[in-house]
Amino acid sequence: MTTEPLRIADRTFSSRLFTGTGKFSSTGQMEAALLASGSELVTVALKRINANDTADDTLRHLTAPHIHLLPNTSGVRTAREAVFAAQLAREALKTNWLKLEIHPDPRYLLPDPIETLKAADELVRLGFVVLPYIHADPVLCKRLEEVGVAAVMPLGSPIGSNKGLRTIDFLEIIIGQSKVPVVVDAGIGAPSHAAAALELGADAVLVNTAIAVADNPVQMATAFKLAVEAGRLAYEAKLGVTASTAVASSPLTAFLDD
Amino acid sequence: MSIDMFTDLLNQYDWADVSRLIDTATATDVERALTRPTRTLTDFAALISPAARPYLEAMARQSQQLTQQRFGKTMQLYAPLYLSNECQNICTYCAFSLDNKIRRRTLTDAEILREADALKAMGYDHVLLVTGEANQTVGVPYIKNAIRLLRDRFAHISMEVQPLDQPAYAELIAEGLHTVLVYQETYNRDSYQLHHPKGKKASYRYRIETPDRLGQAGIYKIGLGALLGLSDWRTDSFFTALHLDYLERTYWKTRYSLSFPRLRPIDVLGASGVQSRDFGACMTDRDLVQLICAYRLFKPDVELSLSTRESPRFRDHVIQLGITSLSAGSKTNPGGYVVEPQSLEQFEISDERSPAEVADMIRRAGYEPVWKDWDPTLMTVCH
Repeated sequence: MTTEPLRIADRTFSSRLFTGTGKFSSTGQMEAALLASGSELVTVALKRINANDTADDTLRHLTAPHIHLLPNTSGVRTAREAVFAAQLAREALKTNWLKLEIHPDPRYLLPDPIETLKAADELVRLGFVVLPYIHADPVLCKRLEEVGVAAVMPLGSPIGSNKGLRTIDFLEIIIGQSKVPVVVDAGIGAPSHAAAALELGADAVLVNTAIAVADNPVQMATAFKLAVEAGRLAYEAKLGVTASTAVASSPLTAFLDD
Repeated sequence: MSIDMFTDLLNQYDWADVSRLIDTATATDVERALTRPTRTLTDFAALISPAARPYLEAMARQSQQLTQQRFGKTMQLYAPLYLSNECQNICTYCAFSLDNKIRRRTLTDAEILREADALKAMGYDHVLLVTGEANQTVGVPYIKNAIRLLRDRFAHISMEVQPLDQPAYAELIAEGLHTVLVYQETYNRDSYQLHHPKGKKASYRYRIETPDRLGQAGIYKIGLGALLGLSDWRTDSFFTALHLDYLERTYWKTRYSLSFPRLRPIDVLGASGVQSRDFGACMTDRDLVQLICAYRLFKPDVELSLSTRESPRFRDHVIQLGITSLSAGSKTNPGGYVVEPQSLEQFEISDERSPAEVADMIRRAGYEPVWKDWDPTLMTVCH
């Protein structure tokens, strides 16, 4: 049974699991895990690759035809730096897709909302397909949507924390009112978290640490693949409504039907 | 009282009180520290205390788990490039000390490039420039020129030179400098004066305020550390942690790394020829593992670096316990890679393996050696 494909900008994805390339114990293991995940969109940090070197070890392991690269701007601290890095990434990797991340704080890598909005605005005008990594901030998502981003990527919890959907109340609002795809990024630490995000109505999830740091990354990638499929199937099948009050077997108003 | 500089905070602490806090920590304090989701400085004091010794395995397990979560199964690699051994300071533990009658040497442009080529051939993309403190010969113009020579060859340039004023740091950052390492050597004022009797370095205050000047200049990364062996390692490490904590709160856009330089033997040239000066065992391997794990439990995101001062066996094991970056194949004399490999070193290294051998060891341990984790293009826009 297949689920509805996901469309972002001019591309269609059958997999709703996006993946990252950092933290793996080897590039060979990274490639094996990414292939097992079925992911069609894979982020690459500009700072980790020699973008002009065709023999770059990371890029050599990302050549499967179904994998699209999503360069990210990890490391930049301002909108100006992000725009500059984006232009270099576009030239080097021959893609106008960009995961925009601006985190002036190097410890928790929390995104700067003001600089992100500024950069997104300019990058869209420069012809980029912009996927910004942001806090789970519903207003910011709408503002980004207005400047023309292709999707929004709110965090589930701090990046690399594996804590899951700690921002769920805000994710619900974002999903409820977004006109562009919502990709839950950061914090997803277990396949059950990913399934929960998809059940909630997120269009996709991005997972890195939970796969890369697992004892068996290939097996974990497979588990995430299945979880994302299950979550989306459940969403499309329409989950039963949860009730906070009991439905009495002898309703108090039953007499009205007599 | 407002805290404008680290010295304002430091003045609120007394060395003896801190030593007592560490020495009197109990097993209960350690157990409490181990079970907390985040740790305070008091928890850190308990974790480096003698009372924590029986908990070393539990600390190591948590440290390994946290490190893998935050950094993945990766290990950064870098190499020092010694530009000069000229120095106007007397430091009792350093072979570059003014009173050591060794031949002084400062690399020319051509020699710097030859050394750089040798490091590139080994696979390095991260270089650490090192000099002694001789402002007439290796002052800001010399360092600036070296950065210009090297910035297109390396993705990441760090530097470990004499402390500078804030405008000089800003100037060097604009040239492409990414990281500055500045170790306090010891936070104990008396011991500091004892070991630095002459030269600009004799000013404890100028040195301890260096990270503040770096933070104000907007540096990307600052490396901190105490030279283990000059004073009590536990108390010095507490003050290093205090310093780190202050800097993280104050200069929150800057990344930080810590090192654990244990004193190594040096060669000193006197009237009777070359003699080796040994500092004995200041801390055991077990102590150093405890310290590495304690830092990781205190600051899960701080980079922890280990140099070739340590033995191959020790390095092979601790890379899995919290360390995130390693040097390999290091030469600690100017020109040591190709220009003049036989000259006297700053200190004896212990791990003589080549970078390729160390990278193989890292892979066998289930980690990926990372040669590049920065790109100079990310900092080409002036702030």
